[in-house]
This record gives sequence, structure tokens and C-alpha cells, in this order.
Amino acid sequence: MTSAPLAHHGANWTAILLFSAFVLLTLLITGWASRRTRSAADFYAAGGGISGAQNGVAIAGDFMSAASFLGISALVYASGFDGLLYSIGFLVGWPIIMFLIAERLRNLGRYTLSDVVSYRLAETPVRCLAAVSSLVVIAFYLIAQMVGAGQLIQLLFGLPYIYAEIIVGGLMILYVTLGGMLATTWVQIIKAVLLLAGATWMAFLVLYQFGFSLPALFARAVAVHPRHLGILRPAALAKDPVSAISLGVALMFGTGGLPHILMRFFTVRDAREARKSVLWATGLIGYFYVLTFIIGFGAIVLVSTDSAYVTPAHLLRGGNNMAAVFLAQAVGGDWLLGFISAVAFATILAVVSGLTLAGAAAVSHDLYARVIARGRSTEASEVRVSRYATVALGIVAILLGILFEKQNVAYMVGLAFAVAASANFPLVLLSMYWRGLTTRGALLGGWIGLTTAFVLTVLSPGIWVKVLGHAHAIFPYDSPALFSMPLAFLFCWLGSRLRSARDAGEAAAFDEQYVRSQTGLGATGAEAH
Amino acid sequence: MLDRIAVAALRRDSHFLALAEARAKVGWTLAGAMIVLYFGFVFLVAFAPSVLATPVWGVITLGFPLGLLVIVSAVVLTAVYVSIANARFDPMQREILQRGFGTGEAGVRKLGDRQP
Repeated sequence: MTSAPLAHHGANWTAILLFSAFVLLTLLITGWASRRTRSAADFYAAGGGISGAQNGVAIAGDFMSAASFLGISALVYASGFDGLLYSIGFLVGWPIIMFLIAERLRNLGRYTLSDVVSYRLAETPVRCLAAVSSLVVIAFYLIAQMVGAGQLIQLLFGLPYIYAEIIVGGLMILYVTLGGMLATTWVQIIKAVLLLAGATWMAFLVLYQFGFSLPALFARAVAVHPRHLGILRPAALAKDPVSAISLGVALMFGTGGLPHILMRFFTVRDAREARKSVLWATGLIGYFYVLTFIIGFGAIVLVSTDSAYVTPAHLLRGGNNMAAVFLAQAVGGDWLLGFISAVAFATILAVVSGLTLAGAAAVSHDLYARVIARGRSTEASEVRVSRYATVALGIVAILLGILFEKQNVAYMVGLAFAVAASANFPLVLLSMYWRGLTTRGALLGGWIGLTTAFVLTVLSPGIWVKVLGHAHAIFPYDSPALFSMPLAFLFCWLGSRLRSARDAGEAAAFDEQYVRSQTGLGATGAEAH
Repeated sequence: MLDRIAVAALRRDSHFLALAEARAKVGWTLAGAMIVLYFGFVFLVAFAPSVLATPVWGVITLGFPLGLLVIVSAVVLTAVYVSIANARFDPMQREILQRGFGTGEAGVRKLGDRQP
């Protein structure tokens, strides 16, 4: 526990070695996957050949980002109980996906959520809307990951920020362009297993030090934390109830609108396997968030009291996000530190790969093949465009990562969830459940949800005050979803009430869509069995 | 595109309607339960933080077991849905597909060749 702090270590060789092993393994898998990735279905959906359990682990790998591992344990480290609201919020979206979305989505879609939303509506404008809002969600999520990656890798590996961006961007381009969804899936599975194993081991070592007594761990944390008993009760979120509820709405319903997550449901054979995936994912993600709690409290006790990790002013060296990483060293020495650092890097890679693939699908499948070429493009050209799109997105991600290096990006994942909850989620839900939804309603509600979520976030304290430096926020709450999501539903309804001639046809097409969503008749992949 | 006459027939089919209704009932009930549990917790955080601050196990306050309860119930409700769907919905669906179109798998294949 007396080792010198990481930041002054220079290169962290255990981490670099373990990470290189991970990269080598994933590149071998990518090589194997590239020989199996020929058609568009292979590229976007791994040919529908992923099993429910595999997909569930991959979903967990896609969803447990570095932000949720390092971010939530940092939040628990800093403020205790408040972190719980985030970890629960990130989990409860999954049952909603299961009960309302997963099976129908699998039965109706092919590669992207836009397939489902534009199923019976005017394809060009609706697909444009769904593709644009997917790309907005992906862009913000991606920037947050890239900036986080650069800062983390700088600290953990002693590498310059720009190298970190180029390594992450370059590897992700390799995985996705060569191996498509199959390689991305296996990168996510391996990463999920490593992350869960590492977090389990850390939590075990923490509990071991307290004779496996949670009250003993918590009592010690209360004794050493500057806020003492305050860490066991709601604090910041209780002071601003509207923000707490709005955050809850964004987290619960935003998960059901994340394009890279919904895309994973097309990799399984049928609705039954889709169900199995959600159960696996929910179980693993729930377990993981319980672990982050033990890790956060462990860090309060073992990291905040050690002068190797905190400055004399009691600030964590390298920032709060380092709490879990330092804890790894405190309980498991340099080897565990190297392992957790490598896992954190692998985590970022897996998440950015999933995001980039979803972004490439929105560009090539939605915008190029269906909107620009209006279905006249060949499958080969569509796959080619998606590879170009991946390279372009990778380069854009590297540039944005460099551009936002010194920016505060904490709000970006929140913004991605708010847009997903306010544009994608209402569109996906209403298009599947409400016969009365028309093209006009979808466009009106979708665009209003998207812009409201975006504008209110810009005007909120997180950006208007903290980033843009104004004195007072125009919109007083941190999360806009409580307002923007109902607004989107309202305008979907209003727009659909304004009748037009083609509405009758769209309502009639609902019958066909409904039968397919319930029975799987005609669903992609069904013919193969 | 699915065959229009078959779609119209299925939309009136009592077995199909029973499946759709059962699935909707289970889905929305469980979704409602999850929403009530989660927002119940969020409302306690927002409006009754002192309730959550009651110590229940050593220094550990009520908020932690309640939070854990929400996490566990999310997983349990998901498992409940899967077991109901596997035990009830899948057999109902198979029965409709086979009975409704006599020809079994071949009939299904003929019916469903739409590509979005």
C-alpha cells in the first residue's frame, strides 16, 4: 500500500503487458471473424447466429462502460448513497426493454431501430429522423468515451493523450471494418468476462479485509469520510427533487432508445433468444452495480486514508475517477492494478466499437441504402459504404476526442440518455404499439423531442454555467427528460390527430406489422430455420 | 409483405387475440410494477430522504436494502417474464402458426417473405 502514486510511475508495464495480450487475442478473433463476414447481415448482425446467452453477455459488455465502472464507484467514493440512484437507474431500463420492446423489435427489424420505426410509415423522412437522432446519441456517447479513454490511459499507462486517442480509434476501426458485428460481439464478451471477474475479485478482497461484514465496512467508511453519516443518506439529489426525477426518467427510458444496444437484438435467431439475452444482461448488469458499491465504499476506507493516493488537501491524485483503480492496487498490489487498468482500456474499446458499428449502420443501411439509393443499392455496395463510414466515424471520434480533451464532458452521457429517451424511445414504442401513429405524428414528436432534449441540456447548469461560464442557468434542472419525453409523446399524438389521406393506409399496414410483431411471421432470419 | 387475407384472418382469430392480449397484460403489468418500484424509490430520495436515512443494520441505513431490493426485483421481474413467455406464449404461438395454416412450417414460409 505504500507504492508511489501512478501518475509518477511513468509507464505501467503490468498494465501494458496485459492489455497487449487482450489486443492480440481480440485481433486474432477479428481475423477469424473477417473470414466469416461477407453479407450485410454478417456485418450488421453477425448473421443472426449469436446465441441468447452470448448476446446477453455481449450486451452487458456493451453497456458496462468505463463511465459506469469508474464513474459510479467514483460517485460512491465522493458521496456515498447518491451513487445508488445512478446504478439503479442504469439497470431498470432493462426490464422495460424486456417487457415492451425486445421481442417485437426482433420480429420487426433487420439491422437498426430505424427499420422498426419506419416499418409502416413514409420511409424517407422517418428513417432520416431515426438515423439522425441515433447519430446524435452515438456522437455524445462516443465523445464521452473517447475523452475518458484519453485521460484514463494517460494516467494508467503513462501514454500521451493523443497516442491514447489514436490507439483506441485505430483498434476500433480495425475490429469493426474487418470483423463487423461478429468481432465486436466477441470483444464485448471477453471484456464483460474480464470486467466482471476483476470487479468480483476486488469486491471479495475488500470484504475479506472486513471479515465479510458489510456493517463493519460501512461503519469504517462513515468514520473516515469527511461527511461521516452523510454518506448513508440522499444528499445532492434530495436537494433538487425535479432533477432527481428527471434523471430517473432519462435513465429508465433512455436505455430503450440506445441504438447500439437495440442493434444487438438483431444478432440472435428469434424473439425467444432475444428474451434470453435480456435476462442474462439484466442479471449481469445488476450484479455488477452491486459490486461497484462495495468497491466505492472499499475505496472510501482504503484509498482516501492513504497518502499515496490522496493529496494533503484530501483530493484524489489524478481525479475522482481513479478511486476504483487505486483500490485495485491497495487490495491486490501492482498485478491487480495492471489487470484493472487493462480491463478499463478494454472496456472503452468494446463500448466504442459497438457505438461505431451502430453509427456506421445508421449511415450505410439507413441513410445510404434506404434513403439515398432508395433500396436500389446492392448489398456489396452497402457493406462497402458501412466500412467507409466506420473509418470516417473512427477518424471523427479521434478528432473530437482531441478537440474535447480539456472540456468537461460529464454531461455528455446524460445528454445521450436524454435524447434517447426523448426521441428514439417514443418513436420505437409508439410505432410498435399505437395503430394511430402517422408519419406526421412521428416526425413532429421525434424532432421536437430531439431538439427539446438538446436545447434544454445546453441551457442547463451542466453546460450553460459549468462549460459556457454564464452566471445563471436558463433551464434550472440538470436533466431535461422529465419535460422533453412527455413533450415528444404529446406531439406524436397531436401530429397523428391531424388527418391526411395516407393515414388510412398506414393504419391498415399496422395490422400486418402487428401480426408479425406478435408471431414472428416474416421476421428476418425465420426462413433459415 | 405478409399475405393480406392471412393477416386479416389472424387479426380475427380467437387464439391470436388471446395470445396478443395475454402478452400485453403480462408485459404492461410487469412494466408498471417496475416503474412503481423504481419511481417509488426515486420519490423517497426526492421527498423523504430522512426515511431512507433510518439505520437498520449497524450503521447501514434503510436506503441501501431498499435500493438492493429494486435491483433484485428488476432481475426477478425479468426472469418472471421469461418463464411466463417460455411456458405460455411460445406454445400458444406455435399452435397458431401450425393450426392456422395447416401446412405448418411450409405455410409459414410462404406467408412470410417480406424484407424491410
